[in-house]
Amino acid sequence: MSYNVNEKGFYGDFGGAFIPEMLYPNVEELRQNYLKIMQEPEFQKEFQQLLVDYVGRPTPLYFAKRLSALYNTKIYLKREDLCHTGAHKINNTIGQILLAKKLGKTRIIAETGAGQHGVATATVCALMGLECIVYMGEIDIKRQAPNVARMKMLGAEVRPATSGSKTLKDATNEAIRDWINNPENTYYIIGSVVGPHPYPDMVARFQAVISSEIKHQLLEKENRENPDYVIACVGGGSNAAGAFYHFLDKKVVKIIAVEAAGKGIETGESAATSALGKIGIIHGSKTLLMQTDDGQITEPYSISAGLDYPGVGPMHANLFQTKRAEFLSITDDEAMKWGLKLSKTEGIIPAIETAHAFAVLDKKKFQPSDIVVINLSGRGDKDLNTYIDYFKLT
Amino acid sequence: MHHNSSINDKLKEDKKLLSIYFSAGYPNLNDTKTIIESLENSGVDMIEIGLPFSDPLADGPTIQESSQIALHNGMTTNILFQQLENIRETVKIPLLIMGYFNPILQYGVENFCKRCAEIGIDGLIIPDLPVDIYIENYKFLFEKYGLVNVFLITPQTSEDRIRYIDSVSNGFIYMVSSASVTGNQGIFGESQTNYFERIANMKLKNPQLVGFGINDKTTFNQATKFAKGAIIGSAFIKFLKENGVNTIDNFIKNII
Repeated sequence: MSYNVNEKGFYGDFGGAFIPEMLYPNVEELRQNYLKIMQEPEFQKEFQQLLVDYVGRPTPLYFAKRLSALYNTKIYLKREDLCHTGAHKINNTIGQILLAKKLGKTRIIAETGAGQHGVATATVCALMGLECIVYMGEIDIKRQAPNVARMKMLGAEVRPATSGSKTLKDATNEAIRDWINNPENTYYIIGSVVGPHPYPDMVARFQAVISSEIKHQLLEKENRENPDYVIACVGGGSNAAGAFYHFLDKKVVKIIAVEAAGKGIETGESAATSALGKIGIIHGSKTLLMQTDDGQITEPYSISAGLDYPGVGPMHANLFQTKRAEFLSITDDEAMKWGLKLSKTEGIIPAIETAHAFAVLDKKKFQPSDIVVINLSGRGDKDLNTYIDYFKLT
Repeated sequence: MHHNSSINDKLKEDKKLLSIYFSAGYPNLNDTKTIIESLENSGVDMIEIGLPFSDPLADGPTIQESSQIALHNGMTTNILFQQLENIRETVKIPLLIMGYFNPILQYGVENFCKRCAEIGIDGLIIPDLPVDIYIENYKFLFEKYGLVNVFLITPQTSEDRIRYIDSVSNGFIYMVSSASVTGNQGIFGESQTNYFERIANMKLKNPQLVGFGINDKTTFNQATKFAKGAIIGSAFIKFLKENGVNTIDNFIKNII
């Protein structure tokens, strides 16, 4: 069984391109060209060079000694938090902006929830001198003021999404509407492994550098390529897709995807799509989706803005359905506790999204000989206000 | 069982056709039947009943708002079908349901088609159901229940793809007037009228109805100079917002 996309754009039952005809020419242009462009030596050279010199790759695979002692197992942290702009998001935006340039596009649009993908997009647009418009829910703009300021400093225009629930899914709707209205010169940089084919596959390929590096680094440190476990948090699922990518077909590697339970799966304030979702269509992709019985998309909740997406990428929906990955959900309180614990144990303040992944250490029993890799997808600077409020740090 | 001859008979009439779209459940939950009957009595040729969706990504602010209010009013797929239960006792003109695919998928595509056929719905317009997936998975159901499926084309659609869409269509083609979501204002410019003429010159098997951006008599006449008819949505919803459902006749009289 393959866990990668098939020639029709599906991962098992999930994926495809459920898009209105207005988007067809753009999505089709991308579908026909993305692999060809990504495989060109010239593209690869520029992409790899920027990952090294601009993003700061490879990121360390750090043996977390104190944490390992605490849990009596071998825990490695993949330090995506050390990437330029503070998270893995930029791996993808660097790749997509180079692709946009190859396609001759001059105007870049993006959606953002917490603002991390918006900042990563604004950054690469500044780097390439391209016009950048970021759609962000009106409510998120208020919650994430520092990232809004960053995007503006980087020269991007931040447009509020005022429709629907005024959060990430509505920002995505607005970005799609913008693309419909500007079909000729505009490229849409999607920030996660969501959206119509080929986006989920393309974004996963750009993020796959994470697992590719893990393999090389583990070989050096442990004389083996495959860990026993890879753990990552999942909202849409881009950091997880990158961390899992090169291990999907290695059955010896156990894969754990961690979703946000919010206040608890049963509370109605949750973002645990695998537990609460049913198959449906969101943003052009057939996937697991939180919705009413009538097929209306519902608003998820998590304390971490980066995990409150009502769907999950089609690759992950398939990993869940085929049981290739184990899906766990972690509450706000458990994640927040881990934000503090990682800070004090290893001197690393994680993004709240990332803190969810660490909470798995309390949920599962690992053997002393197990090698457990946790993808440390982002740093916690952006979440300082939430940490301050939660722990009354002032 | 009702059959799709109704739409095709209408398309053969020697006149330019006016089709009206509205969001079911707007302005009030139970306005559906009143709106449909008033539209027929005002001389409208065809009606697209909008099944509201939480995330209508091809629609502009007007239809987004009307959909959201309709859902807030409590509109569901089941309620819409109940409201339409006896509609064929009073209404003769072709009726289509236009909606996004997810609510239909949740209802069950076959169940949905079956209910439509029982009620006397003539066809469906599902903007985010791609042609290839329709052909592979659902075409046989539409045929089984005698439903016309209507596909969209846009100014960016290639000639080959237009020919392909024409070959798999069995009613009319929904011609999106410009690169835009619904609800744009203003008259059509040269590039749009050129596009209307270009499509007319392709001599397609299926007639075309132009939609998106038709808002008054001028744009209706521009659109139907080359096409068989035109569809008005956002402008009609704005009228309902300002005037309610009792004077629908006034809106239609200003168009035809």
